[in-house]
Amino acid sequence: MSGTFVGMPAFPDAAREALADSQQRRNLHHATHTIRDKRARVVGEVGNWEELRVAGAEIKDRVLTHLDTYLEQLEESLTRAGATVHWARDAEEANRIVVELVRATGADEVVKVKSMATQEIELNDALEAAGIDAWETDLAELIVQLGHDLPSHILVPAIHRNRAEIREIFLREMGQVGTPAPDGLTSEPRELAEAARRHLREKFLRSRVAISGANFAVADSGTLVVVESEGNGRMCLTLPETLISVVGIEKVVPTLADLEVMLQLLPRSSTGERMNPYTSMWTGVTPGDGPQDVHVVLLDNGRTEALADELGRQALRCIRCSACLNVCPVYERVGGHSYGSVYPGPIGAVLNPLIRGTSTPVDKSLPYASSLCGACFDACPVRIQIPDLLVRLRTRVVDEKRGGIPSGEEIAMKGTAWMFAEAKRWERAQKGSELAGRALRRRDGLGRLPGPLSAWTDARDAPAPPEETFRSWWRRERGTDERA
Amino acid sequence: MSARDEILGRVRTALQDAPDSPPPAWTYGAGAAVADVPALFAERVEDYRATVQRVGAGQVADAVTEALGSAGTVVVPDGLPSEWLPDGLETVVDDGSLGAGDLDRIDAVVTGSAVGIAVTGTIVLDHGPGQGRRALSLVPDLHVCVVREADLVADVPEAVARLQSSIDAGRPLTWISGPSATSDIELQRVEGVHGPRTLRVLLVSEGP
Ligand code: SF4
Repeated sequence: MSGTFVGMPAFPDAAREALADSQQRRNLHHATHTIRDKRARVVGEVGNWEELRVAGAEIKDRVLTHLDTYLEQLEESLTRAGATVHWARDAEEANRIVVELVRATGADEVVKVKSMATQEIELNDALEAAGIDAWETDLAELIVQLGHDLPSHILVPAIHRNRAEIREIFLREMGQVGTPAPDGLTSEPRELAEAARRHLREKFLRSRVAISGANFAVADSGTLVVVESEGNGRMCLTLPETLISVVGIEKVVPTLADLEVMLQLLPRSSTGERMNPYTSMWTGVTPGDGPQDVHVVLLDNGRTEALADELGRQALRCIRCSACLNVCPVYERVGGHSYGSVYPGPIGAVLNPLIRGTSTPVDKSLPYASSLCGACFDACPVRIQIPDLLVRLRTRVVDEKRGGIPSGEEIAMKGTAWMFAEAKRWERAQKGSELAGRALRRRDGLGRLPGPLSAWTDARDAPAPPEETFRSWWRRERGTDERA
Repeated sequence: MSARDEILGRVRTALQDAPDSPPPAWTYGAGAAVADVPALFAERVEDYRATVQRVGAGQVADAVTEALGSAGTVVVPDGLPSEWLPDGLETVVDDGSLGAGDLDRIDAVVTGSAVGIAVTGTIVLDHGPGQGRRALSLVPDLHVCVVREADLVADVPEAVARLQSSIDAGRPLTWISGPSATSDIELQRVEGVHGPRTLRVLLVSEGP
């Protein structure tokens, strides 16, 4: 039912296609700018925002450098609270565990709360293969699922669809899988939301199993936290008899008190609200309230690879707020699908190669999907040095192809890594290509680039440079914009 | 080797040469300087398009009547202070036997709350006596929530500190900031998707 990112083209090819899709670009422009402005407003209200960011980074670093201890503590707390803890080395193992747990209940359908971890492991495909229907209940996820589509943004996965498209999808698809969309449905967002409410309510009321992720897992109490807006999370976490939560091992925080930092950073960075409408916290099983059969699957799936990388480790601080996406000039132009992963944008460009390695074309090209302008670091609530990480990964992509005589492409990449390593150099080189863009602009692509970049363009058919570089565009666009 | 031991082993190998990170230098549970906490709370809750009515301790029942409007069926949790309910109001008192389908046929719920946060306009339920199990304040479409001024704090850190005892007691928490909402369609905010579409808050002062 859900699409898959396997076999995605490398970033430059996917990006070129996406750039041609003007509807998507308009939607993305509107969306990223709206959220960006809201975020700047509510972040500006907080007098100690910088201290909060530092605290967020320190809390996460502390957890990551003692991760074994905190994971054992979390397991103990969860078990004491009546939950069953499972460990999954990779996606396949996690999917097998979840499928077996669902089968054991005898259910043939589950309701799902939006969760990056379950998208990452492509759980829906595994459930479908096992004959289990998985109903996405977040409105955007529902739009993506009914549209047989892929999410394109961490927070608003259907950001690439406008209201008219959503109406068409609802009219065409809802009736096939449950309560149909009402006759005479218009494209008013209020009516579309009402159609989703009616469609999903019957599923909430009858489902016996729910699957969630978690934004945070508190080690010393075993409390899991889900942050959401619509109430679909509360429905899934409360009404079914069995609850299965798939939680990345980096989601641990030591104590409840640490949430005072995270719950200030996350909503303001994410949706640009002082607080999101609903946050649910539960600690194993509460007699007489909510699911009485509670499971937690702790997922590695490459996270320990990132943990082993001295610089890359900090990418595991990420709280998936998507602020870095909304400020990224590259993301705004190419959209989420170009990144070939559930983690798009600047964080995707570092996280995917770190946890999946740099062996596929898309993962090799991701570290280049950035102009290194630094806006992502400024926006990041846990101060991840995304530009530094990208530079480091670029070098790794090149270094990994050792042995034999380096190809022209490798030499060009080394040159590019060197150039990207220093903002000034990069700006100069871009300036050069901006001028070239004006002089050489052709319809479909740029021929050979001069100097060391020529080998790169020979291999890649680089798209013609825009007449303005990202950096000069950024400066112009942000002349009055605050960097907060 | 079990998956557990293998993952923990990988973590230990990954961290072999990692420098230690000290505990954060953050001061936990600090109070925030807010001049008029109840006023700010009311203002911020209303920012989410919920309604807030400030009432004296003796006026809660009247305010509840008004907030319930035309709701035909009303459910209340066990332990709700009886003086909050108008005389003669017919209510279903939850005894844990109502299923989700039963709750779906009920129009409104009246509950108390554990903590209110002024800066963020948030109400926290710890689902203790007078607040009911989680399904109760979730399925009915209208939630009338009574918040005592004594339970208000300025900002999130004080709220988390107060809620520690609820967590220690194994209670779930629901943080509510306005009615259910989505911005998934072209980022236009729509109130009311799955949770209660209407939230009416009664803020009760100490005095009459
Ligand atoms: S990297 Fe930072 S800004 Fe980007 S999603 Fe993660 S926490 Fe948010």
